[in-house]
This record gives sequence, C-alpha cells and structure tokens, in this order.
Amino acid sequence: MTFKLILENMRYRPLRSLLSALLIAIPVTLILTLVGMSQGMLAESARRTRGIGADIMVRPPNAAFMGFSGAPTPEKMVSALAQEPHIAVATGVIVQGLGGLENVQGVDLEQFDKMSGGFEYIQGGPFKGPDDILVEESYARQHKLRLGSPVQVLGHSWRVAGIFASGKLTRIVLPLDVVQKLTANIGHVSIIYLKVDNPANVGSDIDALSKKFEGFRFLSMTEYLSMVSADSVPFLHPFINVIVGIGVVIGFAVVCLSMYMAVLQRTREIGILKSLGASKSYVLGLIVAEALAMGLAGTVGGILLSFVGRWLIMTLVPASLTQAIVPEWWPRTAAIVLGASLLGALYPGLRAARQDPIEALAYE
Amino acid sequence: MSEAPIIEIRGLRKVYRVGKVDVEALRGVDLQVSRGEFLSIVGPSGSGKSTLFHIVGGLTPPTAGVVRVAGDDVGAMSDATRTRMRKQTVSFVFQKFNLLPNLTAGDNIELARYLGGKDHSQDAGFQEALDLLGIAHRMGHKPSELSGGEQQRVAIARAIVNHPAILLADEPTGNLDSANSGAVLEVLRDLNERLGQTILMITHNPDAAAYGHRTVHMQDGRILEPG
Ligand SMILES: Nc1ncnc2c1ncn2[C@@H]1O[C@H](COP(=O)(O)OP(=O)(O)O)[C@@H](O)[C@H]1O
Ligand SMILES: [Mg+2]
Repeated sequence: MTFKLILENMRYRPLRSLLSALLIAIPVTLILTLVGMSQGMLAESARRTRGIGADIMVRPPNAAFMGFSGAPTPEKMVSALAQEPHIAVATGVIVQGLGGLENVQGVDLEQFDKMSGGFEYIQGGPFKGPDDILVEESYARQHKLRLGSPVQVLGHSWRVAGIFASGKLTRIVLPLDVVQKLTANIGHVSIIYLKVDNPANVGSDIDALSKKFEGFRFLSMTEYLSMVSADSVPFLHPFINVIVGIGVVIGFAVVCLSMYMAVLQRTREIGILKSLGASKSYVLGLIVAEALAMGLAGTVGGILLSFVGRWLIMTLVPASLTQAIVPEWWPRTAAIVLGASLLGALYPGLRAARQDPIEALAYE
Repeated sequence: MSEAPIIEIRGLRKVYRVGKVDVEALRGVDLQVSRGEFLSIVGPSGSGKSTLFHIVGGLTPPTAGVVRVAGDDVGAMSDATRTRMRKQTVSFVFQKFNLLPNLTAGDNIELARYLGGKDHSQDAGFQEALDLLGIAHRMGHKPSELSGGEQQRVAIARAIVNHPAILLADEPTGNLDSANSGAVLEVLRDLNERLGQTILMITHNPDAAAYGHRTVHMQDGRILEPG
C-alpha cells in the first residue's frame, strides 16, 4: 500500500519526477563515460601493443616507459641487438605525436611484418611510392578515406596505399626513414621491439641483455602491459574523484530541492496521513523512499545514457575515442547517487515528519 | 447498568501561542460522552469546537485539565502514544473530506486500514458498511471523479475501516447540498444505530444537530449547557 502511495505521488507530478531523475542521471553518465573511456582507451592501446608481437621493449637510459614521443635511441642499437643470441627479430619504431591522442609511427615494414605477422590489409597493401601512407580501418571510416585518398600528416600530403584491420601498433603508419627525415631524427628511433626465439626464457634473456647494454632498459611486454592500467595515467584518479564529487553534490541538490517542493505541495496530504495515524517515521520513510526511487531511476537512466554515449562515439568518431561499458562501476555509481539522494531527502523528510497535523490540515 | 463514559473531560483548557499572543481556544470544558452515543456540538465560529476534537483525537495535547478517552489519559500521552491512539481509537471525518487526491477511493480506505495495522483479510462488517454507504461501486475512482456526497461517504468508510471506538465528524455536511447532507447524516445515524458507533458531530445546522441523541452548545471556549 505504501509502495502504491509513493508510486501514485510520483505519477501525479510526472514532469517533476522525470526531470529529477534526468538531472540525477547526468552525473551517473558522466562518471560511467569517463571511467569507460579511460578503460576503453587503455584496453585499446594494450591490444595494439600486443598486436606488435614483441616479447621485449627497449628504452634508452633515462627514458620513461610511458609516452614514447621523441627518438632518443640510436638506430645502430637495432642491428646490434639483432646479433644477440636468442633474439629472433629486432625492429625500431619512431613515434610522433600529432596532438591529442593521435600519433603516427614510422616502421621498418619488412622487420615489423616479420615480428607481427604483418598488417592485415582490408584494402590495398604495403608502401609502394614515396608518398604512401597506411591507415587503420577505423581511421579511414572516421575520415571517409579510400585507397588513393589524400591525407595531411606532418605538414605533408600523403596518399592512402593500404587500409589495415585495427589492433596493430597504431592508426597511422609511415616508413621509418620518412618519419626520421621529417622530424629531423635521422639515425634515431623512439623504441626498439625484440622478439625472442623462446618466449619462456624472456626473463633470462632480459638479464643477459641488461648486463651487456648497461643503462638501457629492457622490459618484458607482459610486464609492460600489466603497467598499462588506470593507475599509470596521471590525473585520472583525482579527475574521477572530482566527477564523483560533482555527482554527489548534484544528486543531493536535485533530490533536496525536488523533495522539498514535494513536501510543500503535499502539506495537506501529510496532515491527512497523520490524522489517519501515520507516525513520524512513516512520513519520513515515504519521503526517503520516493527520493531513493528517483535516485534509482536516475541511476538506470544514467546507465542507459552511457550506452547512448558509446553509440554516438562509435558512430561519429570511431577512431578517436573508445568507451568501454563498465558494469563493475554500476553498483558504485548507484551507491554514490543513492547516498546523495538519501542525504537530500533527509531535510525535507524531517520537515514533513515534524509538521503539525492541525496546521497541515488547515493548509489550503 | 452504568458503564464508564468513553470520553471524560474535566476542566480542559487549551492555549495556542500565536507569535507573542496567547489565544485561549478552550477555557475550561467539562463533558462526558457514553459509549454508543451520537452527540451533536453546535456553536459559533471560533468557539473552540474543532480544538476540542483535535484534543480528543490526539492531534494536539491539552494545555490543562483531564481528558480521558477510552480510559486513557490523553494529557499524559507522548507524541508516539497519541499517534497510536489516532491509529486505533479515534478517527476523523472533515468538512473538506480530506481524501488523498492521488489515490482511488478504494486505496484511500486500504491505506487507512494499512496504517491502522489491521490485517487485510475480508472484513464482513466493513463490507456491510460499504453497502450501507452506497459507494461499493465507486471504489476504483479518484476523489476528483466523485461528487462531494460520494467523497464524504468514502471519507466515512475510511474513518470506520479500523473500527474506531469514537468517530469525530467536524462539520461533515458543511460542504454538501441538502440532498447529499441528508444522505451523509442518514449514514451516520445508521452507523450509530446498527453498529453502535460512538459519534461526535460538529455542525452549524440545527436540522443536522437533530440527528444526534443530544446537543451541546459551545461559546468562547466553554460549553453552555453541560450535558
Ligand atoms: N492551530 C491554531 N493556532 C492558533 N490558534 C488557533 C489554532 N486553532 C484554533 N485556533 C484559535 O482557537 C480558537 C478556536 O478555534 P476552533 O477550535 O477552530 O473553533 P471552531 O471550530 O469552533 O470554529 C479560534 O480563536 C482560533 O483562531
Ligand atoms: Mg471548526
């Protein structure tokens, strides 16, 4: 019966209930989208890195493993490392950021194909002419590129020679020497990837290499991939915390205002309930339950909106952002929003509970 | 055989504090009501009739005096105990019907039953009362779809659903035309005669007051002819 009363009260002011739920849904969507995007992009980047097919990653002295722009490693190291025992393939890659999340990578296609098994071309194939460029399928889709389409990268106009399936290295690929020339890094690479003859011995291989090439840092890909997590992205955690904080404040304010308005509008009804023997706690419970129902509706709405957001990203900008759906965050956001709703309902609820039934019944 | 009165009031005073001014709503009321009685209360506006009901019904505590309802001292009750009294012992019928607008007639009654803590099993006596009230076929309608007379009969049904010892009706026909007034007054008399319901009714109308066994007059917070 109580449930029916709450439901009918919400239905009686559908616009108020809907608007409140929608406002609550916004921070839920924000949180889920932010977390989903960071996880989606990390997963995407890990997938591309795995697609390289390397076992070991080499960085020069004093370089970090995260963020590869710049070309601090002499290219001679590639051939030196290739001579080492147990090293099946060694290849150097140069990474040039293009602003934002985009980068172009210069590869030695022959060695890279040996290591990775080669790009899987959906259209076209490897570089033929001097102005040829390879792009990933999602990039081609977003920028409506076909074979032969012109692409402006690094202040130069290229021609699409091949479109490859996603999941390998990066989205835009040029020959190594071309990028070296354009970025004034002749003879240098950003990073060297190694493939060993027996992956089971990667640990001892790394020990041997570290001893011989002092100062250089050798990291197994397994270890590197385990580092690629939300914890390795600077500012992500504080940023999420800020959004969560905003969510709490919005949820609290929306529920508090909405329920306060409802209590004022229902002064007389509350008086009637009290004349029928409803206790203070029952009246408080009614208001809190309605607030929680609104919070729950907002949570569900927010989750649905995060799917809508993902669909929009995939449809409009497939090559820029990847948003994962993060169900493990649903209960967390629900708890955040319901907690805020509960707090927001407290003041209006207590006010309703304390209302003098005689004054309430006299209220017009 | 003389039974103890169901309502026993001696020296009842009620002072409302409005800002810095004390308003004396009741200035020493003495009244006894027997079980099964139908008592009419008449008097000019502001004479304290509603205040008397609010105290007997546990909506507000007395300032001074003794008020015993069904054997319990209302003046000594805590807020929670008065809430329990409203649940179980007394119930109200108001001039403005006071049905919950968002619920159907049936749900208004169900909610009162739920709040009263009675179980939901079929209640033959109540079904009889619904027939008596002639509203059994209107249960699925919201108050806005009912006539004033129907609304008031639903309010009466709601008031008696938990079989209260005392029914307090504050100008129950004040908002009704004469035909509907007649119907509501008949219902109250039937409830009193057939089910032995104790009823106190405030009214302005002498014809309405005549439905009671006895009439008391109030003026300036006092009862003029003590019953
Ligand atoms: N809640 C209240 N606060 C302050 N004064 C009140 C309140 N209720 C009633 N009064 C005052 O008490 C007096 C008696 O009112 P009431 O019992 O409503 O009389 P009646 O029902 O006979 O018209 C009036 O002067 C009224 O203004
Ligand atoms: Mg009155």
